[in-house]
Amino acid sequence: METETETEIDIEIEPVIEKKSLRSPGELVAVVEALIFVADEPISAKLIAEILEEDRESISAAIDNLREEYEGRESGLQIREIAGGFQIATRTELHEDVRKFLKTRPSAKLSLASLETLAVIAYKQPVTVPEILEIRGVQSASAIKTLLEKRLIVTKGHKETVGRPMQYGTSKDFLIQFGLNDLSELPSIEDFEDLVG
Amino acid sequence: MEEILEQYSFDFNGAAPTIVAESRDELRITLGEFAGPLDLLLYLIRKEQANIFDIPIAKITNQYVLYIRLMKKLDFAVAADFIVMAATLIEIKSKMLLPREPSEESDEEIDDPRQELVDRLLEYEQYKSAAQMLYERTTVEQAIFQRGKIETDENNAEINASVFDLLNVFQKIVARHKDEVQMEIHREEISLADMMKNLKRRLFEFKELSVLAFFEEMHTKRELVTAFVAVLEIARAEGVRLTQSSTFADIILRTS
Repeated sequence: METETETEIDIEIEPVIEKKSLRSPGELVAVVEALIFVADEPISAKLIAEILEEDRESISAAIDNLREEYEGRESGLQIREIAGGFQIATRTELHEDVRKFLKTRPSAKLSLASLETLAVIAYKQPVTVPEILEIRGVQSASAIKTLLEKRLIVTKGHKETVGRPMQYGTSKDFLIQFGLNDLSELPSIEDFEDLVG
Repeated sequence: MEEILEQYSFDFNGAAPTIVAESRDELRITLGEFAGPLDLLLYLIRKEQANIFDIPIAKITNQYVLYIRLMKKLDFAVAADFIVMAATLIEIKSKMLLPREPSEESDEEIDDPRQELVDRLLEYEQYKSAAQMLYERTTVEQAIFQRGKIETDENNAEINASVFDLLNVFQKIVARHKDEVQMEIHREEISLADMMKNLKRRLFEFKELSVLAFFEEMHTKRELVTAFVAVLEIARAEGVRLTQSSTFADIILRTS
């Protein structure tokens, strides 16, 4: 499942032979729903298309239908587009009852220092430890350790400069945990300027 | 002095010192919730309701220094970065106290010594807001649940492990064990009595002995000290003579 994102770089030179789908539109929606349901991680439309041997367009259409259907009947579930894939999850408004059943409490939040470090890494990636120090004005070693342990950040090779410092960037888990489809969904850092004053 | 500082602590961020567990093996004490020197500085500027583009540097510096004096007692590692900022503030303060050249007055805007700090504060504040945004996002995300993991061969470690995985783990444990042994520090415990016995034996065998050569045989500082004391002790108690041909030359031990 990890390698799936990497193979996405492959250029698709599919033969333009009109494949006759064996499934009716209704059946396609059903099987797409089943795949999204069983996938442990958000599953991409491309992967679904490969497994079902259908073209991307009909898969995208099936997903759109599914979403509309969930929304139309005010389902307790939603189809979310996240980290470049699709996921079935509960609706936000139902969290209290769901939590009561699961007997869970919101998990420990990241510390202020870790969140700041993560923000710098998310916006400046790939970024080195000295560059993070420059912005935050404080050593971030333990925050980086925490973020690596939580798999929110990954190493991105050495920077070809004096001392060849390690560079860091955000991971796929970061996108999943923060509910982002990709990094471009982050509000631009300049937008935060309005808050200063 | 101490009492004044203690009282001051309640003024900051309305928070008393708290113990925070960052990770399993790290406990740290923080005062309030300052993520760094820039964070503290922003807080102080806000508290004074000062304009960030016209920071009352003397006032802010005093408060800042007061705060880190209190903090230094509690958390030394973090304090280092805060002290760097204190030094910067004091530098700016002293620059501002210096009278300006009258000729430079026209472009005083350009060399405001506070400018660099203001730029850093503004940049930092952006990332602080971004951190706040991330915090809000996690709060929302924590209200959304997916189904639990489905057991497949791939994610069930119990089924997935082969003999090779076992071997692999075993080798890792062996390797780790080896590392541990290498880390062990042997404490060289050679007693003064043993050292003297050794020295005496050699001395009676060869009649004379270079002190320099004897010391060079020692591997650790501890051995060296013991060897030195042994030479002194033998020279005192056993009537052994210490001779030196010239100043700074090698010292020779001789039996008389």
